Amino acid sequence: MDFISTHLLTSILFFPVLAALAILFFPKEQLRLIRWTALIASLVPFVLSLMLWGRFDASAAGFQSVEQYPWYDAIHSSFHVGVDGLSLTMVMLTTLLTPLAILASFGVTDRVKAYMILFLLLETGMLGVFMAVDLLIFFVFWEVGLVPMYFLINQWGSANRNYASLKFMIYTMGGSLGLLLAIQMLGVTFQTYDLVALYERWNAFNPATFLGMPIETVKTIAFWAFVIAFAIKVPVWPFHTWLPDAHTEAPTAGSMLLAGVLLKLGAYGFLRLVLPLYPAQAAQYAGWLAFLAVMAIIFGALGAYGQNDFKRLVAYSSVNHMGFVLLGVAAAAKVAGTADATIALNGAVFQMFNHGLSAAGMFFLVGVIYERAHTRDLDKLGGLFPIVPVYGGILLFTSMASLGLPGMSGFVSEFLVVRGAWASMPVFAALAMLGLLMTGAYILKAIKKVLHGPLNEHWAQGEHKLTDISAREVMVIAPLMALTLILGIWPAWLLDVVNKAMSMLF
Amino acid sequence: MQFPILSVIVFTPLVTALLILLMKPERKTEVRVAALAAASFALLLSIWVFISYDKTAAGYQFLEQYSWLPALGISYHVGVDGMSAPLVLLTGIVMFTGVLISWGIDDRPREFFAFLFLLAGGVFGVFVSLDLFMLFFFYEIAVFPMYLLIVIWGWVKTREYAAMKLTIYLFLGSVMALVGALAMYWINYQNTGVLTFDMLQLEKAGFSSQFQAIWFMPVFMGFAILGGIFPFHNWSPDGHVAAPTAVSMFHAGVLMKLGAFAALRVGVMLLPEGAKQWAWLIFILAMINVVYGAFIAMIQTDLKYVIGFSSVSHMGLVMLGIATLTPEGLTGAGLQMFSHGIMTALFFASVGMIYDRAHTRMIPELGGMVKALPFVAIAFTIGGLVGMGMPGFSGFVAEFPIFMGVWKTQWLAAVIASISIIVTAAYILIAVRKVFFGEMPEKFEGHITPITALDKVALFTLVLLMTGLGAFPNLMAPMISLGVQNVLRLLGGA
Amino acid sequence: MNLNLFAILPEMLLALLAVLILILDPLFKSDSRRVNLGWLAAGGLTLVLLISFLVGKPAENALALGGMVRFDWFAFAFKMFFIFAAAITALLMMDAEALANRAEAYVLLLAATIGMNLMAASADLVMLYLAIETTSIPLYVLAGFLTNDDKSTEAGFKYLLFGAMTSAILLYGFSLLFGFTGTTNLAAMAASLATPTLFSLGALLLVLVGFGFKTSIVPFHFWAPDVYEGAPTPIAGFLSTASKAAGFAVLLRFFLTVFPQTGSQWQYTLAVISILTMTIGNLVALAQKNIKRMLAYSSIAHAGYALIGVVAASTLGTASAIFYMLAYILTNLAAFAIVTVAGRVIGSDDLRAYDGLSRRSPYLALAMLVAFLSLAGMPPFGGFVAKLLVFAAGVEKGWFGLVIAGIINSIIGVYYYLTTLKYVYLYRMEGENEEAHPIPVSRPYAIALTVLVAGVILLGTFFAPWYDLTVKAAASLF
Repeated sequence: MDFISTHLLTSILFFPVLAALAILFFPKEQLRLIRWTALIASLVPFVLSLMLWGRFDASAAGFQSVEQYPWYDAIHSSFHVGVDGLSLTMVMLTTLLTPLAILASFGVTDRVKAYMILFLLLETGMLGVFMAVDLLIFFVFWEVGLVPMYFLINQWGSANRNYASLKFMIYTMGGSLGLLLAIQMLGVTFQTYDLVALYERWNAFNPATFLGMPIETVKTIAFWAFVIAFAIKVPVWPFHTWLPDAHTEAPTAGSMLLAGVLLKLGAYGFLRLVLPLYPAQAAQYAGWLAFLAVMAIIFGALGAYGQNDFKRLVAYSSVNHMGFVLLGVAAAAKVAGTADATIALNGAVFQMFNHGLSAAGMFFLVGVIYERAHTRDLDKLGGLFPIVPVYGGILLFTSMASLGLPGMSGFVSEFLVVRGAWASMPVFAALAMLGLLMTGAYILKAIKKVLHGPLNEHWAQGEHKLTDISAREVMVIAPLMALTLILGIWPAWLLDVVNKAMSMLF
Repeated sequence: MQFPILSVIVFTPLVTALLILLMKPERKTEVRVAALAAASFALLLSIWVFISYDKTAAGYQFLEQYSWLPALGISYHVGVDGMSAPLVLLTGIVMFTGVLISWGIDDRPREFFAFLFLLAGGVFGVFVSLDLFMLFFFYEIAVFPMYLLIVIWGWVKTREYAAMKLTIYLFLGSVMALVGALAMYWINYQNTGVLTFDMLQLEKAGFSSQFQAIWFMPVFMGFAILGGIFPFHNWSPDGHVAAPTAVSMFHAGVLMKLGAFAALRVGVMLLPEGAKQWAWLIFILAMINVVYGAFIAMIQTDLKYVIGFSSVSHMGLVMLGIATLTPEGLTGAGLQMFSHGIMTALFFASVGMIYDRAHTRMIPELGGMVKALPFVAIAFTIGGLVGMGMPGFSGFVAEFPIFMGVWKTQWLAAVIASISIIVTAAYILIAVRKVFFGEMPEKFEGHITPITALDKVALFTLVLLMTGLGAFPNLMAPMISLGVQNVLRLLGGA
Repeated sequence: MNLNLFAILPEMLLALLAVLILILDPLFKSDSRRVNLGWLAAGGLTLVLLISFLVGKPAENALALGGMVRFDWFAFAFKMFFIFAAAITALLMMDAEALANRAEAYVLLLAATIGMNLMAASADLVMLYLAIETTSIPLYVLAGFLTNDDKSTEAGFKYLLFGAMTSAILLYGFSLLFGFTGTTNLAAMAASLATPTLFSLGALLLVLVGFGFKTSIVPFHFWAPDVYEGAPTPIAGFLSTASKAAGFAVLLRFFLTVFPQTGSQWQYTLAVISILTMTIGNLVALAQKNIKRMLAYSSIAHAGYALIGVVAASTLGTASAIFYMLAYILTNLAAFAIVTVAGRVIGSDDLRAYDGLSRRSPYLALAMLVAFLSLAGMPPFGGFVAKLLVFAAGVEKGWFGLVIAGIINSIIGVYYYLTTLKYVYLYRMEGENEEAHPIPVSRPYAIALTVLVAGVILLGTFFAPWYDLTVKAAASLF
């Protein structure tokens, strides 16, 4: 116990890897054993991160539960992990969603062993990004997470998976190139990758020329290198085209984590790296960022509305929702240090968390119907409410959460973002509101096409008769629904932590 | 007297080669067992060298020196520093795994293992030698068995052409470097009145910068040919493709490092002024290697050619790291040599296993191998991730410092070279997917036999090393940094 | 007058051995004669080698026998080489019925060896000429010994004609030199020729013709391929090694004694000849389909490499040339030994006839590998060290062009040596039933091959004592 409390973060981080190694030695026919081991193994980090939450001191500045070990002395990089209010929220989200995703994939029957191993590895990859306090370690986990995701899409995806998985990989790796180069530049210049040191030294670094260019130019280029890497991951319009493909082809649980956590990595990058490292550039280009954000909101909504594939529709909705996160970031960058900025950032972080819950839920529900109907075509579904009433109720609830109905958590965060942006960029805020309206449109369209309207007789009887959602599946969605509701009604317990972190960080 | 561990390492394969030749040709199993025993022994010793290298003392260790031809200042002088100790380990590993996966060779295994061990002995010899004459001596011993190994046990279609091409290229390179080495020898004699091939003494010779400027290129390029440097890289993919599996492993895994290592040890360390003057050219050539190699690899359809050209690209990174003459670049180059050695050994081992069963290496003709050969699929995939420079694996911890070194030297080059990362990712992912996943062509159904336990041991060893080094770069990087300090000292703290 | 008979101890012993053979010959029964004669000759030669080595070492470098010969380490070293080569050749001759049944063959071999010994030692033009003839005449006979074989007869005749003509030119050159200087003693001649004139240079060229014939350097090499191809293989081996080495011994002693100052014309002349010899030898060897002709051209090329050491005209250069000859004798004898053994069974010297040799006789193939890689200049064999030393000597004296030519040539050499090994190791016999056609290696061959292969490896690994010997030999010329 003592070991765990002194090594809490590394325990959370590496437990899934250990479990994956253990599963490696299980016989591959023992499906139940593998599934349950994976589920229990993924619950352990959740419990541990509750412990982490419990002992977290929200009012203390800086990183907590810090652990640092020598890793790569030759280039002055150490294995340095720690959490603040921002990363803690994301760690919680990850450790919560992973067991749910694993539970959701109990229906997978093809190569279960490899599937579960990849899932656990994916969890470590994501957690590592959130915990890293060393830029190189950040990058390591940033890229490592790609690998399991690539194989999950490539191996367990649907028809067009080869194209989608390669596109996903190449887009993200290509986006990371600039990040990699910029990280190298920082490392070469300062001989350290430690984030805390870099925050200070890079901002204080002001020679007239650097690398043969004015320092402002260098910083601007590096700023955009970071922005592009993270913008692809978020994804921000116009870098979002990989996302619908990847989502459409990914297996259900893969989509849950992809939308729930992986997209947050990009947004987290903005908050953890871009704003602290490039406050001046961020302020200067805040208008552009806001423009991109609003474009994402509007085009995401329009795109979603245009889809006939249920999953693609939900995928575009992610673009739409993540646009709000970026809008919050942009607004905060423009007026850094003010109360408005903190509000916008609170909204952004909270939106990240909420979108994690609602998007994971939505993708799961798409998966539930797809598993039964083997189609996601909205035109072929319809009028299913009477056949699958429980499912219908849950879908309705989750959709409303996604839509940002007051009383649900999404409302709070979107409100905060717009509130924060209102003073400094009223036009963009107004446009974002417009986008919110369109969100309603596509969500309602989806509900109408799936649940209401004329019943497609095909699903009502015979061998195609749809069964209602199973108890196991309810187990998956219930925690998400509960949290959405709680956060909608009483967001303070989470917002408090976030707020303190944001006001201290910026 | 201290146990002469390095000599034992060098002579274990050589003596084994002789002993194997004295065995009866029909006793194939005994030959194999003897080979495996010797390889394990050498591996254990090289692990021992790696572990017991005193990192606090740095410098050359496990020194042994015996006079060989005192009249001309030739001595048998061996020792390892932080740069060569990992390469000795690498050789031990590749030798061990090479023997394991060559178990099935049925045509004259006695000769095969004898030649392979001769090669291994030569490679060990180069890595540990501190005497210029001795270095050449073992260098040639490492090169010529390649010809026979390729020509006798190689791929029927190209083996004669490829083997000859390889030998001629390498021989040309080595004699080119030899002339430079002799010139150093005599100039040192004129300056100091001492006849010596001892590299530790030649380091102190203080050659004039004009002399260094003239002779650096022949010496460096002569060795770098074996490292596959552009535009002399052509022999290498051909050689890889034609060679039998274990030889490809040796060839790409160790032999190419021999070139890069000797180019560093003789070219850069003995002629540091020349290195500074010519670094820009090496830099450009290495850049071409990196980017061009990656693009050519992408359009190949023969799996072995893909790997062959990827080796050209990856060895370009080694040269690039050396050409930066920075601590980061050189450290990265050292790590990349090790990492790439393990990675290509794994690649060629896997391809060999597939080819032995499917009798084709054409990517479009393969598919779905994961069902029949899951172990190979996983191993190859991990190798691919290493090749892509995926963080968490050894390729990243090697390439990252190289890029840092490039940043220090010429930041624009870092941007250009990074293109290769994407290209590499693309061709590796595509190859992995097409070969191992997707539908298995019908003609292979039921014809793909599982790999043996020995194959698994070999693959597992290699995978473990790649992931281990990727997760814990400190296992090796500090040691290499010590070797790099030695280089930088000669470069005058550059 | 110094009558130190130790100066010619080996020659006397050899003469004694020849007489012994002639005496014992009639006593052997015809069915065992071949074997007995062979063992007697080989054993006797080995004994001569041992005795000479133990007793006959020169104490100091001095002229002996009225200034006719020089009793020095240079001569001593070469004598040891020649006797060793003769002993091996005697072993190789044993299974060649037409040769070995006749005591005369062995006696001629011994006579030629005596001649070579004297060539290496002679310090006087008269002695030198006599020695050369003593060497040549028995070899003419041996080359044409197989009177039933047209090729052998042709070889003997060709060798005789070329030899006689060059010998005449040599003699003419000698007489001119005598005319210019008024002395036949080499050392005394040096003083008179200190400032070379056009005439002395002309005489020099004439002398070079004679030496060029013995060493078969371009452009006096035409006889070699035909004679090697036609002559009995063991004799061809002897011709290409010992006889060539004797030529080099003369070349070294003559030029270094008569023109001790460096930078003189003969160095440039020899440098050009060296390049020509290497290049033509190697290029023509590339195209050969007959292994004996290939070896003939390769041996021409090797003379070119060795000349680099001569051109360097330093202690190291001379030592390297001597070392080169030693390595070359061992290696090329091994190569010819293999061709002898294999040729007897295969019945052809065509390269294609060596297909599948490694399956027919693995050890013979291995010996061939060692010999050919040594010829190609690969470690750990003698040829590597020899080439390295020669190149080192060239670089030391700044003959970079020459060394680079040597390097390019050794790469060409690698090509055809390796190609030959490809026949041996890669290709299969017609019908692929090599196991049914083994190549037996009789005891004398086995002994000869083992000694040679061990020698080649020894020379390539523990080269210090041999190098010291050659340096000692070289030093006695300066």
